Amino acid sequence: MDPLIIRHVDKTYPLGKFPVPALRDITVTIRPNCFTVLSGASGSGKTTLLNLIGCIDRPDAGEIEVAGRAVAALSDDALADFRLRHIGFIFQNFNLLPVLDAYENVEYPLVLTRTPAAQRRRRVGELLDAVGLSQHARHRPGQLSGGQRQRVAIARALATGPLLVLADEPTANLDSGTGAAIIELIRAVQQTFAATVVFSSHDPQVLAQADDAIVLKDGRILSVARRAS
Amino acid sequence: MNTLSLALRNLLRNRRRSVATLSAMMLGGISVLLFGGYVQNIIDGLQTGYVRAGGHLQLQHRDYLLYGSGDPTAYGIADYGRVIAIIEHDPVLAPLLTVVTPTLEFGGIAGNFAAGVSRTVFASGVVIADQNRMQEWNDYGFLGSPETLALTGTAPDAAVIGTGVARILRLCGPLHVADCPQPAAAAVAEGRPMPQDVALLAAVDTAPEDSAARADTGAGPPPHLELLAATTGGAPNVARLSVVKAESLGVKEADDAFIGLHLPEAQRLIYGRARPQVTAIALQLHHTSQIPLARQRLAELFKTSLRDDPLAAHDFGTLNPYYGQTVGMFDAIFGFIAVLIGAIVLFTVGNTMNAAVVERTVEIGTLRAIGLRRAGIRRLFVCEGLLLGLCGSLLGVGGALLLAALVNHSGLTWTPPGRITPVHLNVRVWGELSMLGGTAAGLTAVAVCSAWWPARRAAKLEVVEALRHV
Repeated sequence: MDPLIIRHVDKTYPLGKFPVPALRDITVTIRPNCFTVLSGASGSGKTTLLNLIGCIDRPDAGEIEVAGRAVAALSDDALADFRLRHIGFIFQNFNLLPVLDAYENVEYPLVLTRTPAAQRRRRVGELLDAVGLSQHARHRPGQLSGGQRQRVAIARALATGPLLVLADEPTANLDSGTGAAIIELIRAVQQTFAATVVFSSHDPQVLAQADDAIVLKDGRILSVARRAS
Repeated sequence: MNTLSLALRNLLRNRRRSVATLSAMMLGGISVLLFGGYVQNIIDGLQTGYVRAGGHLQLQHRDYLLYGSGDPTAYGIADYGRVIAIIEHDPVLAPLLTVVTPTLEFGGIAGNFAAGVSRTVFASGVVIADQNRMQEWNDYGFLGSPETLALTGTAPDAAVIGTGVARILRLCGPLHVADCPQPAAAAVAEGRPMPQDVALLAAVDTAPEDSAARADTGAGPPPHLELLAATTGGAPNVARLSVVKAESLGVKEADDAFIGLHLPEAQRLIYGRARPQVTAIALQLHHTSQIPLARQRLAELFKTSLRDDPLAAHDFGTLNPYYGQTVGMFDAIFGFIAVLIGAIVLFTVGNTMNAAVVERTVEIGTLRAIGLRRAGIRRLFVCEGLLLGLCGSLLGVGGALLLAALVNHSGLTWTPPGRITPVHLNVRVWGELSMLGGTAAGLTAVAVCSAWWPARRAAKLEVVEALRHV
């Protein structure tokens, strides 16, 4: 089953008095366990599409099916629960909770799913090991470098074992070396944890790593390139 | 890590703002509690005064309160000795009682015929030993030893008068009353001898043992006054009383009209050789809280062993409407101040929470994206308000207890209304559990309420909008 099917999706934002179309008639399928990159110039609609895929925004028209479930009809609470269990987010600005240390940030989604404490400990330990931050588990975001923070964010995104991990330009705020390391890490954990990762980026380094590349322009899909599996 | 723990950490994140908010709440709590403690002390003092003077409950003829003060003979309690015996031996009432004592109150005219002056007075005949025991009641732990009545150990015809009575009857000099203005010499009436009929009545009523008792005191002869009152049959009767002291009662109206005397002397004046009565039987209880139980039992007795006596029981609040008015007035002031403080706390906490929502908009978006429901966001901010409320309340209670202790040990004094001597300034906060609990609960509730609106606003934020917030 494809983790994500998008059919004829439109999205328009009001800009002052005028509606500005952000996405127009988007139809695409994301393959499971692949590293898919949404690419395009600034304003092409990458982030809007990622928001719709992540169920944090709703389309004006069309259907989005995540893990075989049409999400448009879900209530707000049902969507929140759905995101918690099936979607992981990696943000450009890391968006870690500053009052929680690295361990607690990774643990937080598991607390929300009411995962038993022992299971949480095991899972968080495993994820922090995977991102190479076991030694920094008790450091708060303010005590970590940008790269380390993004590693914590990656671990948090994978905490509940989501079907989809969405990353909105996760290397934009990192230097090129750290950015490359983060891409490698995401690629590695994607394979280790068998997750489907969707990136938005216009970074050639990222595109080079992609299994599939979807190029957007002016809110429309310009091309879809799929690497043979 | 649960919502409460996350809320606590969020509060500690911006310590300066949290401290400022807590300080406002603490000051508010302290203000309310100190004022409440001060008011409580006034009310307790007022109650103590009334209970010492007239007991918690008084049994009276059931119509005395409405009509009896003008006719103590028609509305007296005839068989009061039996009534007192029944009450003192009642198995329910006996353990509640500290003193049961009869009193006789009546109006009359007091005259100092040597000075040619007289005035209407309000006389009270009491059993001195009982009244002195009543003075020992101190359920609220006021400092100082109980006062002893000036009539203690005096002759049966002795009387104590208000300083106003002394002034009007020109008795300030003989009674050594300080600060007692004298009329201009021209205005002093030339005293005429006592009218023959009054002199005769006074002579008849003066018991021979009085002179002996007066001689026992060893002091010089005290000044006299004649007290004229109506007897049972409506005829006038006069008692010649030796005035042992003039004392201030703190209220001019009372000072200008009060005469206190021994109960037997008062009874002899009103009832002559007829069977003596009293106008009230005062019941003093161990604790004010026992009034409902005592009333309930008295109501049962009125239907059984006291059914032939037309009695009614009134508590000190009914007999002294000023008490209820004072309590009501202070309750209103306290309520007004509490509402003002509550409004300040409401806006302070609301402002803090609003600022927190604005500062943490991206964080709210992140939490929602991760999968926290709107209700979870609301709960988080309400929890922060709750924690602020609890901490502010605790600090307020602690601060108030500390300041109250300092004030109470500072030795400051003040003169409350209706008193003539200064008393220790005491702020009753310690042990006032309902006030402490009510204030703490009120502050916490206000803090939670003021967090509610920002919390609701935070919960309603759209995820995408919140994540875009700069």
